[in-house]
Amino acid sequence: MSLNTILITLLALLVFSYVIGRGRSLAVGKRQSNGRRNLHSLPSYYGYLVVIWTAIPALIILALWTSFDGKLISDMTFSSLPAEMQAQGADTKGLFLNEIVNLAKEGQIDQIEDPVKRAAAERYASLQNISKLAKTVVVLGVAILGLILGLRLVKPETRARNKVETVIRWSMILCASIAILTTVGIVFSVIFESIIFFKTVPVWDFLFGTKWSPQTAIRADQAGSSGSFGAVPLFVGTLLISLIALIIAVPLGLMSAIYLAEYASPKFRSFAKPTLEILAGIPTVVYGFFAALTVAPFIRNLGESIGLTVASESALAAGLVMGIMIIPFVSSLSDDVITAVPQSLRDGAFGMGATKSETIKQVIIPAALPGIIGGVLLAASRAIGETMIVVMAAGLSANLTFNPMEAVTTVTVQIVTLLTGDQEFDSPKTLAAFALGLGLFLITLMLNVVALHVIRKYREQYD
Amino acid sequence: MNKSTQIVEAGLKKRYAREKRFRMFGLISILISLAFLVVLLTDIISKGYPAFQQTYIKVDVTIDSKTLGLTADSTEDELYTASYSRIIRDSLRAKFPEVTDRKQRRALTNLVSKSAAYDIRDKVIANPSILDTTASYWFLAKDDVDVFMKGNIDRDLPEDDRRVKDYQLGWIDQLVAENRLEKRFNTVLFTEADSREPEQAGIRGALMGSLFTMLITMFLAVPIGVASATYLEEFAPQNNKWVDMIEININNLAAVPSIVFGLLGLAVYINFFGVPRSTPLIGGLVLALMTLPTIIIASRAAIKAVPPSMREAALGLGASKVQTVFQHVLPTAMPGILTGTIIGMAQALGETAPLLMIGMIAFVSDVPQGILDPSTVMPVQIYLWSDSPERAFTERTSAAIMVLLAFLITMNLIAIMLRKRFEQRW
Repeated sequence: MSLNTILITLLALLVFSYVIGRGRSLAVGKRQSNGRRNLHSLPSYYGYLVVIWTAIPALIILALWTSFDGKLISDMTFSSLPAEMQAQGADTKGLFLNEIVNLAKEGQIDQIEDPVKRAAAERYASLQNISKLAKTVVVLGVAILGLILGLRLVKPETRARNKVETVIRWSMILCASIAILTTVGIVFSVIFESIIFFKTVPVWDFLFGTKWSPQTAIRADQAGSSGSFGAVPLFVGTLLISLIALIIAVPLGLMSAIYLAEYASPKFRSFAKPTLEILAGIPTVVYGFFAALTVAPFIRNLGESIGLTVASESALAAGLVMGIMIIPFVSSLSDDVITAVPQSLRDGAFGMGATKSETIKQVIIPAALPGIIGGVLLAASRAIGETMIVVMAAGLSANLTFNPMEAVTTVTVQIVTLLTGDQEFDSPKTLAAFALGLGLFLITLMLNVVALHVIRKYREQYD
Repeated sequence: MNKSTQIVEAGLKKRYAREKRFRMFGLISILISLAFLVVLLTDIISKGYPAFQQTYIKVDVTIDSKTLGLTADSTEDELYTASYSRIIRDSLRAKFPEVTDRKQRRALTNLVSKSAAYDIRDKVIANPSILDTTASYWFLAKDDVDVFMKGNIDRDLPEDDRRVKDYQLGWIDQLVAENRLEKRFNTVLFTEADSREPEQAGIRGALMGSLFTMLITMFLAVPIGVASATYLEEFAPQNNKWVDMIEININNLAAVPSIVFGLLGLAVYINFFGVPRSTPLIGGLVLALMTLPTIIIASRAAIKAVPPSMREAALGLGASKVQTVFQHVLPTAMPGILTGTIIGMAQALGETAPLLMIGMIAFVSDVPQGILDPSTVMPVQIYLWSDSPERAFTERTSAAIMVLLAFLITMNLIAIMLRKRFEQRW
């Protein structure tokens, strides 16, 4: 049976086990003098208990089997090949297996001419069939076994509700732990590949090298382009574009937040705030398109008309559009912290005769400053990690420059270009992307931790 | 009047002016930000609305069986493989017999999209009796003709700078005069998947890819997210190291750059677990991890807003903790949870960067039929098209953006309506 049929059968079995479990509890529970049955829990809990016994072991086996059978089968197919084939490198092995798998899947085994391949494909297909059959039998067998065991538990004195609730509780803990697993997964996936990368390229060269040209020779006999992986130009480019974005977003966002929080009429506020937030909801690929096709040519023409040479993929265009994108981050976070400043501080300043703007500048902003800084740091982390705008509007060549009119490249752009090209997975070029990812993750992590800490401290101050 | 009052009065005018100025700055900032939004939307819409129309061209075609090498009793296979493009070519040459130059003849064939040959093929297979008859058929026009018809190529430019040459202009003018060129609603855009030819490219493949991806994301992220939020808000022990760690983790994950999730997907899902790349399955798995923090944070806020009196009442009536939460707290918090979920899903729908890492950038010309078919999604389709040099793709990119934005705006409006409708103050 295919995976879908197994799942559907299992689902039917679950419904059946609920009905039968509930029914059995009603059968074994004896009516007492007050007209109630002497059951510990409501009948439905007995039903759920049987469902749990049927479902959980079967589902675990099914999940494990499905995740690992592909690899096992291809390994077994490969070990049945003649010795000289097995001695070949990992690349040929992978190619060969791929071919066999594809041929077997399309049912074209009869058309293979090479006897070795044909035997391998036949073996693959037969192993696959065995695995499928065994999976069906084992999974459904375990489910039925669970059903029987679960039914044996349906007795008046079984604390069915408590058991079901324990399972619910543990599955919730499991769900909550996924957040941790994700972080662990991120850290391990970037660190492992980075370690391999740093075996070929010294950490020092990566961190402080000023030349970035990741073109490596694909074949050993190819001339030139040995690749140099100095990440400084990338980090400088990222910094430059993020800086431009912040220079635009912080004043505009902050002033908008002040106006919305302190001056605007409720009517204007209820219109302007959601409208501003539309800016945050627009997909970044749209901003990228806007930056590349509208803003960049506009800036270039503008520069030409006043006698400046502006690159068509200037840092300015990408930074400007990125700034527009993060305005709502700055404004909504600042708005939150400004409205959190206690009214008594405002009243105190007004009582001393200060005008509204003096109150804002001299009392409210200083009081809200930690929160505002936290917001700006979060916006900065967002700008550094932003990908699509820079992929579409910033350049590819790594220039070490602070001139916003020139084309620069960023960390995220390089990760995308390194990983979307055709490359073997363990070449230094691909691995470099993971090293860059590690750098990006660490920088944004630091910014986030500081920002969240500052904001949390600030909230506690006025709570 | 005493002295200090005098000092205050003297400075008053200046202070009021400063007040006014400050207020103006605030208003101007908002207006600038809103202006950016307006410029962005007008730019996209003005570029994209022509894409909803498509130029069609009427050609008198003689389906000559000799040219095709077919007879009345040809098999379906033979009908299928015959070279119908020659018929189209011959028909166009018959229409403009004066064209003899080789280069111009090739340009002549290029008035009509390559799909014309397939159209005729399908017609012949459906009804072989039209062999050796002559009739007028409407075909898709080539993208250059389409762009010209929409007025995006300036007739007054010198010929060398123009995509459409003078002789082509002559043909187009003649065809227009004979009512053989017509703009119609662009159905191709909504019924076809990606193509290398702009006039045959549509967003259906990407839309279906997005749909499948979102389904996977939803089935994973929503239950896990709501369960995590419920655990953290209702069951987790206070001041427990493990729980604190989970909380900090979730807040951090919400701010991790999305591209890092792509790296995770590539290293863990694809290289370790062997999930097939370029499929909605892997896309949904990655986006689910990315949306989880958003859903958890929103759900926690909604659960927190349920008044404690409700829990106490349920507990007082003898409900267990789990019953209280599942039968009273969660239903009450549901509108808030839904709002957060919709916003999270909208975010996932617009996300591009992590999907580039896991191979959803591949060129896919078939509409995906399931979660294991290679496919692309709307934002990635937009990215791919925006990279294409043809002018006709620019307008299709903008049109795709408009469709995507329409979806996002609808989702957000639903979220806002839900919030308005069920907003309750306790």
